[in-house]
Amino acid sequence: MMFKLGALLMHPASKYVLLALALVFPALASNEYQVYVMATAFIWAIAVYGFNVITGFCGQLNLAHGGFFAIGAYTVALLTSDAGWNFWPAFVAALLLTAVLGLLVGAVSLRLKEHYFAIFTLCVGFIIYLLLDKWEELTHGALGVRNIAAPDGFGLVNFRETMPLYYLVLFFLVFIIWFTSRIQKSLVGRTFVAIRNGDELAESLGINLMKTKIVAFVISTTYAGLAGALYAGMIRFVGPEDGNVLHTFNMIMYMLVGGIGTLFGPLVGTVGIVWITQSLQFLEEYRMIIFGPLLVVLVIFFPLGVCGSFLTWMHRKAQALGLGPKKVQTESKVKTSSQEASNNA
Amino acid sequence: MLKVEHLTKMFGGLAAVNDVSVDFGANQINAIIGPNGAGKSTFFNLISGMHQPTSGRILLDGTDVTRMRCDHVAKLGVGRTFQTTNLFETATVLDNLIVGYRLRTQSGLWDVLINSKRLQREEKAAREKAREALDFVGLTHAENRYIADCTQEERKRVAFALALATDPKIVLLDEPAAGVNPEETEGLAELMKKMVKNGLTVCLIEHKMDMIMGIADKIMVLDHGEKIAEGTPEEVKNNPVVIEAYLGSDHDAAA
Repeated sequence: MMFKLGALLMHPASKYVLLALALVFPALASNEYQVYVMATAFIWAIAVYGFNVITGFCGQLNLAHGGFFAIGAYTVALLTSDAGWNFWPAFVAALLLTAVLGLLVGAVSLRLKEHYFAIFTLCVGFIIYLLLDKWEELTHGALGVRNIAAPDGFGLVNFRETMPLYYLVLFFLVFIIWFTSRIQKSLVGRTFVAIRNGDELAESLGINLMKTKIVAFVISTTYAGLAGALYAGMIRFVGPEDGNVLHTFNMIMYMLVGGIGTLFGPLVGTVGIVWITQSLQFLEEYRMIIFGPLLVVLVIFFPLGVCGSFLTWMHRKAQALGLGPKKVQTESKVKTSSQEASNNA
Repeated sequence: MLKVEHLTKMFGGLAAVNDVSVDFGANQINAIIGPNGAGKSTFFNLISGMHQPTSGRILLDGTDVTRMRCDHVAKLGVGRTFQTTNLFETATVLDNLIVGYRLRTQSGLWDVLINSKRLQREEKAAREKAREALDFVGLTHAENRYIADCTQEERKRVAFALALATDPKIVLLDEPAAGVNPEETEGLAELMKKMVKNGLTVCLIEHKMDMIMGIADKIMVLDHGEKIAEGTPEEVKNNPVVIEAYLGSDHDAAA
């Protein structure tokens, strides 16, 4: 029974159902605030997809990820408010800048392995935060940047309003998921995973470690930059706190809960936790009392996260039932649909 | 096939491999034995380019590969397995093997974005190669099994298959039969013979003497980083220096 339900979720068509749900969500939401929260969740999800490429696929824990998000946001913020650019050119500039910085930081930091890499990037992340906070001539310091341009609309579409903005963010999220699935299924994605399994083995398979890791790193920072740029265009205010290392750890949590290294893990984790956090808002500070144990239980019993555990369970079940070659690689979206449904209720 | 000349590797003041010269013939099973810490794995690491030698030369089919990076050496046809192979536990056997052929492909990120003909062609080739390797090691039936659900022996075979999927000329096997039972060891020995029959050259490090003596064409004995003997199983078995090295140090060899 459960298996049949799972098989339904893994059906290729269920991703269109999920997309349809996301498309009608604003109509089902009881107020504009919910749409706004969902759009924010989608933006974070884009960043988490980037995190998943470098950490989930390639196995390199990049703790500067939140920093690249902030760089993307600040690029749009400063170019539109101080330099008077329009949103879209600034948006492209943000992507390019985070890609180039990713290349430079990656080329240096990826010489280190494992914990050393994580610690080094943690420092990079903190340096980015300090620069945003202290370099007042450029970043306005603790005051932050106001008067950020909203994405330029076209025709009757005005991205200052929540609804069009929601669809804009959704468009980018869908693109990112599509592109990530392409990577995951391709030889390029397999090369990333080979490195996660072990540097030595990957190298002995003829994989150029440095080059491959840098490619994964640049993809991830560009995703973060994209998310940051959208964030700036949506919130229309950025401050140094957006570069707080805390955001990186939040993203790790989203990724772990959803399922590290899976295609739909980042979406499930981010959307799920953002909504759980929202619904526990009334508890204020005390919500961590519920949240903390919940997380511990999840990590102990479902170390692969929601999607990872689901996929593993489905695969074993299919093997046990002798259902022959089950295409596991074609991933499932799952869960979010029920999640969204419950949110709508 | 593989010619090593005066190879030395110093770790600080310690000579892990000391002035070793050897010539491993093509289409043979060549074994490297020696007590723990004799420098056998380091020797493999030097050949495969994972470590840079302090001095000496390594020639592969006449090509000098001495200071080449690991991935280049692999492209020239050196496949290898490790004592423990970390694979993607919650992915199928086949999925784990497809990446083996990656070094013979060119596709990059751009090909992924536009889903180029080249990418499609190369992915098909990689998949075929993986299936071929899986068939070679006799695991076709386990194609869709998760690595996590495989036995120790099956994992060993998957590791072999992964090395074979790189299209190597020579394979370096580091303790291929460690941790498997006697019948399974027999099976793995058969597999190595099959590799040689199919035109490969095999080099292996192993502690299971019964197996080594049964299959090796040539044995090199290392002790404290130095080559103390070389020859056919018969010659090595009766070499007094070898006997002393084993009985005089530890008796891991008996295991």
